[in-house]
Amino acid sequence: MAYVSIADRDHEAEHHDPDTFITKYVWSQDHKVIAIQYGVIAILIGLVGMLLSSAFRLQLGFPDVFSFINPENYYQFVTIHGMIMVIYLLTALFLGGFGNYLIPLQLGARDMVFPFMNMLSVWVYALSVIILVASFFVPGGATGAGWTLYPPHAISPGTPGTDWGIVLMLLSLGVFIVAFTMGGLNYVTTVLQARCKGMTLMRMPLSVWGIFMATILGLLAFPALLVSAIMMLFDKLLGTSFFMPAMIQAGVATDTVGGSPVLFQHLFWFFGHPEVYIVALPAFGLVSDLLSTHARKNIFGYRMMVWAIIAIGGLSFIVWAHHMYVSGMNPYFGFFFATTTLIIAVPTALKVYNWVLTLWQGNIHLRVPMLFAIGFIFTFTHGGLTGLFLGNVTIDLPLSDTYFVVAHFHMVMGVSPVLVVFGAIYHWYPKMTGRMYNETLGKWHFWLTFLGTYSLYLPMHYIGFLGVPRRYFAMGNTDFMPDSAITLNASMTISALIIAATQTLFIYNMIVSLKKGEKSGGNPWKSTSLEWQTPDTPPKHGNWGHSLPEVHRWAYDYSVPGQAEDFTPQTVPESEVPVGRDHGTEH
Amino acid sequence: MYITLIFLGIIMATVITWLLRQTFNTQPWISEAADNEVSGSSMDTNSKAVALTVFLAVATSIFALFISAYTIRMDEPDWRPLAEPTLLWTNTFMLILASVAYHWTRNAAVKGLDSRVKSGLTVSGAFTVLFLVGQVVAWQQLNAAGYYLDLNPANAFFYLLTAIHGLHMLGGLWVWARSTMKVWTGADSDSVRLSIELCTVYWHFLLLVWIVLFGMLLST
Repeated sequence: MAYVSIADRDHEAEHHDPDTFITKYVWSQDHKVIAIQYGVIAILIGLVGMLLSSAFRLQLGFPDVFSFINPENYYQFVTIHGMIMVIYLLTALFLGGFGNYLIPLQLGARDMVFPFMNMLSVWVYALSVIILVASFFVPGGATGAGWTLYPPHAISPGTPGTDWGIVLMLLSLGVFIVAFTMGGLNYVTTVLQARCKGMTLMRMPLSVWGIFMATILGLLAFPALLVSAIMMLFDKLLGTSFFMPAMIQAGVATDTVGGSPVLFQHLFWFFGHPEVYIVALPAFGLVSDLLSTHARKNIFGYRMMVWAIIAIGGLSFIVWAHHMYVSGMNPYFGFFFATTTLIIAVPTALKVYNWVLTLWQGNIHLRVPMLFAIGFIFTFTHGGLTGLFLGNVTIDLPLSDTYFVVAHFHMVMGVSPVLVVFGAIYHWYPKMTGRMYNETLGKWHFWLTFLGTYSLYLPMHYIGFLGVPRRYFAMGNTDFMPDSAITLNASMTISALIIAATQTLFIYNMIVSLKKGEKSGGNPWKSTSLEWQTPDTPPKHGNWGHSLPEVHRWAYDYSVPGQAEDFTPQTVPESEVPVGRDHGTEH
Repeated sequence: MYITLIFLGIIMATVITWLLRQTFNTQPWISEAADNEVSGSSMDTNSKAVALTVFLAVATSIFALFISAYTIRMDEPDWRPLAEPTLLWTNTFMLILASVAYHWTRNAAVKGLDSRVKSGLTVSGAFTVLFLVGQVVAWQQLNAAGYYLDLNPANAFFYLLTAIHGLHMLGGLWVWARSTMKVWTGADSDSVRLSIELCTVYWHFLLLVWIVLFGMLLST
């Protein structure tokens, strides 16, 4: 077939060329603007999630000192904190934010394949966030059912927010899924259809691979959440009993019979576990590119990294019931899910080895993005190792619903992806704005966040081991709360507050550097991938000026022996590579 | 969850096999190893067709999950099967006719026969609307016979599954309405050919889903 890039077909490039402020910055169909809109909304709602966590940490660290936290809003804060962080911050930021920014730029396309649907996606996402926030202001307040929203308690009187809160929560999730699906169709189609000349699948940067696979997972897994949300809405609003069993409430039998709460758990975790990888795979991809660029070395085992992403994606669908070991399931099922869970550790560990081997003998530049990337290797390994404990049925049973679990998943899918988010924002900030961030502030931001999270979550493993249960508003004088646990709780709260305060450095840095940052130039990191080779920085509408780039190599030609520069952009053909000194980084 | 797992197994196996075939035996670190003419548009497909295929996977995922939930919930002792109205057979027939009519329209559009496209679109739309109206009448019949939504999970599932299927059908009708408007306001069939081709696939898909759902509702 003759080569005509989709975005290059005559009418398409012009038909959404923006000219007014509104079409340029609000109803924009430019993937870069949409990416930043996604990013800004996600970070704003993420800050809300962080403030909520500070509030309930105050109660946990200093019980009954702060009168504005009562059991009801404690549960609401915990629930909405979890929901925001997992879905409205991380999923939206990785796929809507980085997916939108990087897919067309790294693949040499002018835009997403369906720009209008892309614009709809971000505004529908904004709507879902508004519905979520609105749930705090309706009668009864937001839902306090825990982020897993397990029935029957999620819709039974006694739990906070069973009037309107839970309805708005489920509605907001439904709207989010619609937004995600519109975005997801775009990401998959763009990767498959709009790559520029020479960009074979195996020349794509790992960022795109991670985002691509995560999108496929999201498209197949979010329906499970949608199905369970719809059925729970029926139970709540129309009086059906899909999930609602026969219950006696305050001495009176309810009219629900026979519903299966475990069915909800299956549906929820059928979404919930792939969701972990929807967040993790883009992080894996982005961090690979960060490490390779700032270590001036090709990524170790590129093909293995790609296959590991594919394998993790496939396996992530058959491990969901390891979240349900205590639901009374058949022991053979438990055995099956423990086995698959441990198998998924193999490709994941392989990736960790490859990141470390990428650093081996590299020319490491400890700039801010690199610090965050290396920090990620630590926190992810740490969180992954505790996952091996929890994946085993016999060890999981006593640890279930303790702070050990909380510490585990915060390390592995809270702190780790967030470190990558920060690293990636610092890394691509010069491309997005044309200016450099403040390096000193960035380093402070990294060290305070990195050490802060360790001082928060390491002790949390210990109190979990003691048996301190999660989700409790107050522990009271119980045997498993020795003095050490009480003191540690206070210290963890102080760490959490310090981490929260530290994020103002990041926000300040991002905003002030917009105007005051040094001009960065087009390729400050001497990077090989396409987004750094755009004619303008920040790239203009249409990205590539008159003609699309042509790709002649993969994205990891760093420090190739015998070449004059320590990087060769993807656009340089073999015949035009300057020959010169040996960099001595590869032997 | 076996049904969902089987469906997902098939989809993931397809995706993974395709990806492995694309990525096996490549040497990405050697710049001459790849054919530099390869690009996204070297696949002989249209992006809208790709997007529809992906969307069909999403929709199948939704229906497979509902069917899984149905089979799991069915095993609880309070399940009382309902007597499906015989009207559903007529509705099924309408949907088959709609699908056939769309296919006929598609053939006409490929050959560029403007007048046949016009009438074909009208007929397929009419049958689809008849199907939807029939479904609503079936609801009313069930309701009149005392099979209320909240009385039993079997009833609830019936209303829920037919509603979700109907909503997908309505989404299709929206696209149908756009191409029909175009054709009736004088556009030639070539401008709506792709839309008609994709709608045909979508109609066949929804017919297949309905047959699976109907079979399941009848047999349980």
